[in-house]
Amino acid sequence: MTKNRVISSRKIESEALEQLEEISGVNIYACYQCGNCSASCPAVEFMDIPPHQVIRLAQLGFIDDLTGSETPWICAACITCTVKCPRGVDIAKVMEGLRQIVLRSDFEHINIREIDEKLRKKLPQIALIGNFRKTIL
Amino acid sequence: MKKIGVFVCHCGINIAATVDIKSVVEELKDYPGVAYIQDYKYMCSDPGQNLIKDKIISEKLDGVVVAACSPTLHENTFRMTVKTANMNPYNCEIANIREQCSWVHKDRSAATAKAKLIIKSVVEKALLDEELEPVKVPVVRKALVLGGGIAGIQAALSIANSGYEVILVERQSSIGGRMAQLSETFPTLDCSQCILTPKMVDVAQHGKIRLMTYAELADISGFVGNFKVKIKQKARYVNWDECTGCGLCVEKCPRNVPSEFDQELGKRKAVYTPFPQAVPNKPVIDADNCTYFKTGKCQLCKTVCPFDAVDFDETDKFIEEEVGAIVVATGYEVYPILNMSEYGSGKLPDVIDGLTFKRILSASGPTGGEVRRPSDGKVPKEIVFIKCVGSRDPENHFPYCSKVCCMYTTKHAMLYKHRVHDGQPYIFYMDVRAGGKGYEEFYQRAQEEEKVIFLRGKVSKVYQDDDKVVVCGIDTLSGTNVEIQADMVVLAMAIRPSKGAEDLAKLLKIGIDQNGFLTEAHPKLRPVESLSAGIFLAGCAQAPKDIPDAVSQGAAAAAMVSALFANEYLLHDPIIIGVDEDLCSGCGLCVSVCPYDARELNREKGIVEVNEILCEACGACAAACPSGAAQQRNFTDEQIGNMIKAILA
Repeated sequence: MTKNRVISSRKIESEALEQLEEISGVNIYACYQCGNCSASCPAVEFMDIPPHQVIRLAQLGFIDDLTGSETPWICAACITCTVKCPRGVDIAKVMEGLRQIVLRSDFEHINIREIDEKLRKKLPQIALIGNFRKTIL
Repeated sequence: MKKIGVFVCHCGINIAATVDIKSVVEELKDYPGVAYIQDYKYMCSDPGQNLIKDKIISEKLDGVVVAACSPTLHENTFRMTVKTANMNPYNCEIANIREQCSWVHKDRSAATAKAKLIIKSVVEKALLDEELEPVKVPVVRKALVLGGGIAGIQAALSIANSGYEVILVERQSSIGGRMAQLSETFPTLDCSQCILTPKMVDVAQHGKIRLMTYAELADISGFVGNFKVKIKQKARYVNWDECTGCGLCVEKCPRNVPSEFDQELGKRKAVYTPFPQAVPNKPVIDADNCTYFKTGKCQLCKTVCPFDAVDFDETDKFIEEEVGAIVVATGYEVYPILNMSEYGSGKLPDVIDGLTFKRILSASGPTGGEVRRPSDGKVPKEIVFIKCVGSRDPENHFPYCSKVCCMYTTKHAMLYKHRVHDGQPYIFYMDVRAGGKGYEEFYQRAQEEEKVIFLRGKVSKVYQDDDKVVVCGIDTLSGTNVEIQADMVVLAMAIRPSKGAEDLAKLLKIGIDQNGFLTEAHPKLRPVESLSAGIFLAGCAQAPKDIPDAVSQGAAAAAMVSALFANEYLLHDPIIIGVDEDLCSGCGLCVSVCPYDARELNREKGIVEVNEILCEACGACAAACPSGAAQQRNFTDEQIGNMIKAILA
């Protein structure tokens, strides 16, 4: 059986959640979990946590689950989710907020200097950034 | 012989496709008694009705047979048609050749032969039909409203404002009902008492309303327009004619009792008014808890009363009244937490029901409106609300949705947040039902602005751990089992019909459903009528509902009562079973088989007499009568014999 996870006002009022709301400028509590974001996301099949659950976990204060997730790095910021949301939640901005939180924590999966310079110049920036953050499978 | 006109309807192809109408007309035109016969595509249409009207006059007809659909559909239409041509409506008969012939057969020739026989038999009946007049019953234009909650209050006020007298009977000593216990109301958050008390005062001051509180219906007889009711006025032990409501007795009474109005969180005295704005604002003595009644000593209230109003010798009184209509608005009660073992069976002091939390929120409540938990008076910082407790659980409790919990729980969480700014409310829910004007917006506001955490899932258990109440549940949206160390838990308990509703339903001979709520005559089209004529339903006695719905239903019931009272007489179908006094031997067999108590043996005359109003023409007596004295009007033995002969010929 899954172990119970404790939710509390300390988690909900945590610095990490506050930071996410501040960076993104989004009130994640407006979300009523209709799931339209995940239903319309073109990249959802590659994500470990679908967008609506990203918002849900954020609502409950489980920010660590999200910063450790690959979803924000799979997100191509196409903003389909944002356009589709019936409650005006800018999910793409939440994804950007999560990326920012990770970036500011100075954590990288690959060392850019280890990539051959010729190759490095050819690679699209989004692929590079993605590779910094994603687990190499 | 009478001249009968036969009018055969094609009903488009409904009849004509299966029955050869031409052949029917051809054969019937020579049948004895048939003076005129005509077919038409839609007899119920205006031209069809005009055809019947014209022919009654031009052919000087004595009776009409319409061969068409079932009499349940258009009998009344055609009876009204013949009436406009000055024919007695009871001389118009319907031969059902659709539901009982064309619709149930495929073989055209056999169906045609059957249609002919059906029409012939009805012609035989029409030949012996008498002219009948509806039985007139005078209406007592006074209504009885049972229950002084918001539904009953609205019903009483609306009837009284239509100019009719009303007796409003309430079981408690004050009217106001459950709504008086609430703090603020969704979705506008206006104060419940502030909007209710003006209506309560209106009731008290209305010249047409006689208010009888601390009273119950004890007995009833009679029928629509003419009910005889016996009302039990419970002993108050305070003479309200003398009492001014000064409250000195309440102040001096030494005995403290848990207050029902405050859901037993606060105290009241043994002599008490349930709440400060009570109407009437006069006390009663609770004999079960009064020191004098228990020990024979005290009488402090009697000593201090400046008006000598306390009367320990008072007894229950019975008052008899005649009323024409009754509105049943007996309300609801809350399913006790006792039944929820997984939530502590009511033994955890900080696990309370929604109504109790309403008293905590109320400015006139036991905490003066401050949110403090019952066990130690601490302000709860983490509070969990659980919805659908007992509701929507057909396996263990009740199958229905209690309807108001979604909204009031959201309201509670919001009001809690308004009172405790740094507190966190959580709501466990299975579905959120926010259908109603402004309701969804209210729900969204709770999520977005108040940051109430809604967790989709059931709570599996609640237990005490030191000074915390631990809540274990699931959030199915994230697929996470969750645990909350709460300070307090509020359960949205299922709503049940109020105590005694079942006995009252039996007394009134009205139906209840499998859950104990009163049954309406039709779930959509007759939602405020019971199946007994003259008895109407309002409020939560019929089904769980919120204040706007209860008020609407109260007003609707009042409109039905007013429509009834607008007539000087009620008309009763004259097709009843009479008594041929020359034949009746007074055996009384018919009296015992009558399910409506319509027949009575007059021993002096040695015959049975019939109350024509009560007779519903079921025919049980006519079948039982050994001498043929009980004959149903226009369904006499001779008529039925002739009908059978016509079919077998």
